[in-house]
Amino acid sequence: MTQTKTLGKRLTGTEFSHKLIIIAVLVLLVVFFYIMNPNYLSYGNIMTILLATCVNGMLALGVSFVIFTGGIDISVGAVMTFSSVMSGVALTRWGFPLPAAILFGILVGGFCGAVSGIGVTKMFLPPFIATMAMQMITKGLSLVVSNMRPIYFTSEPVYQRIATGSFLGISGFHNAIVILIAVTIIAYILFSKTLIGRYSLAIGSNEEAARLSGVNVDRWKIGIYALGGLFAGVGGLIMSSRLGSAQPQLGVGYELEAIAAAVIGGSSLSGGEGSIPGTIIGALIISSLTNGLRIMSVPTELQSAFVGIVLAFAVYFDQMRKKR
Amino acid sequence: MKRNVLVFVLVVALLTGLVAVPVMANDEKPYIAMIALGYGHQFWQAVRMGAEQAAEEFGVRITFEGPEDETMVDRQVDMLKTALANKPQAIAMAAIDTESVAGILQEAKAEGIVVVGFDAGVGDAESDAKVSTDSVEAGRLAAENAARLLNNEGKIGIIGHSQTTIDAVQRVIGFQEKIAEFPGIQIVDIQYGEGDHLRSAEIAKTMTLAHADIDLIYTSNEGSCVGAYIGLREVGKIRDIMLVGFDSSAAMKDGIRTGEIVGAITQDPVGMGYKTVEAAVKLLNGEQVDSFIDTGCYWYDASNMDADHIAPLLYD
Repeated sequence: MTQTKTLGKRLTGTEFSHKLIIIAVLVLLVVFFYIMNPNYLSYGNIMTILLATCVNGMLALGVSFVIFTGGIDISVGAVMTFSSVMSGVALTRWGFPLPAAILFGILVGGFCGAVSGIGVTKMFLPPFIATMAMQMITKGLSLVVSNMRPIYFTSEPVYQRIATGSFLGISGFHNAIVILIAVTIIAYILFSKTLIGRYSLAIGSNEEAARLSGVNVDRWKIGIYALGGLFAGVGGLIMSSRLGSAQPQLGVGYELEAIAAAVIGGSSLSGGEGSIPGTIIGALIISSLTNGLRIMSVPTELQSAFVGIVLAFAVYFDQMRKKR
Repeated sequence: MKRNVLVFVLVVALLTGLVAVPVMANDEKPYIAMIALGYGHQFWQAVRMGAEQAAEEFGVRITFEGPEDETMVDRQVDMLKTALANKPQAIAMAAIDTESVAGILQEAKAEGIVVVGFDAGVGDAESDAKVSTDSVEAGRLAAENAARLLNNEGKIGIIGHSQTTIDAVQRVIGFQEKIAEFPGIQIVDIQYGEGDHLRSAEIAKTMTLAHADIDLIYTSNEGSCVGAYIGLREVGKIRDIMLVGFDSSAAMKDGIRTGEIVGAITQDPVGMGYKTVEAAVKLLNGEQVDSFIDTGCYWYDASNMDADHIAPLLYD
């Protein structure tokens, strides 16, 4: 126990300076794009960037906990889609009332995560394989269950307002942004005030040590993968609410963007390192960058290259800082 | 131990599959194997519907498959090989990469199997006939209508869905070519959203910010169009900016009915499926068919979407 505690302390110290670096990166990007086009910092565009962060931010928060443990979850995009499809099925085919359908969809996400976790712990699958299997399974099931058609929520106008309605009637301030803020706070509390945060980092930095100090590693890991699935489920809710439909073939590549956000935010893919504020700033960096490049009419093929460069340098600076 | 059980189960499942397929294939009707670019999208399901309709009429048996994702070249090659193992009389294919299937198809042809390309088609050397929408022509038709709506004057943004798939590229090229004939109209931005609804929504929103004076947005498939529709609605500009789409879906039809989407191009996927099977059957019977069979494309908007010649081409 003492070992994991001191470890936690040391990490908080380095996390702090990493956060300063990425906040600086974010500020630099924003200033740069503002100089290029002052509209970039208009109220409308700030809201556009925040709304664009919602789905990726949600997935990134979920996958962060898994990455803290030294694992990876490449199924979050497909699980997100599957959750939204299952909500849609529950609502339109099984006649669930709206709140129950939403809850059901999110729980489906959590269930998928738990199954990945069981694959990792009880079936000894490497996390990449276990979650790749889950990605393929949920991708296939989304198509099968939906009969390869979008499921529309048009009969439930309330559903669309969950994400796109205005919070307290403030124009442009969509509910989805409030949900993202709320979920970020919840994730932060889970991370810093509960055992989930401490144990996920402890498992990630030294699984054997965690086990020896009495942590039921398997159980916590399954819980953490399930947590990642729940976040993906909430992501699915926001996405389908914005679209007014569950699109069974959507979500391709979303997991990589989520992992990139976590990594830019200071999570180490070898585990034991990272933070929730870091991840959310990472997600903001990606959406601010993509938004800014689009406003500058940079060709699509180059946009992806720029995000790649930022990803590489974010990790590079972090490595340099650690070496010093 | 547990892993062994899993492996065993998988092997058994695979073997049953291998045994089951030839058993099911044991049928007297001529067999046409169709392999599409994708499977999940409504467009392919509509093609499949037309193909099944023709199969019923002409008394042939068809299978219809495609990879989940329109980029999975390997998966598609495997599908083709598996299909050939079932000894079809004809193969109808929309190849993701015509080069990667050229060799296999040539061998098939040498064995007397009829090869018909549909939609994206297959290489010219391999195909006995091609059944497809002329995508350049479809892009030009969209541009003609855009120019008409703009009264030959204004600024246009384009949201495409792919920079690599040939028909996606042609839809944009055709559009640009035709627009170039109108000196008063400028294309100010082209972005690609992979046909992903959310990405296309973000692109549409930033486009309105980057080019505040944009008058019209042309989108090259259903995902781009519905995405742009959602994006423009979120920033409250759906009534200020004309949105032109491609293909159809329930969401697009709703948008077009209210006039929030000014119009779109539809292909004839059901007809494409039907004519593909028809061409294969004719070739099997030793009849002549044209080497290129255009299945056509149409402009539809609120005024004509319920007309007899358009309504059947629109799918949900």
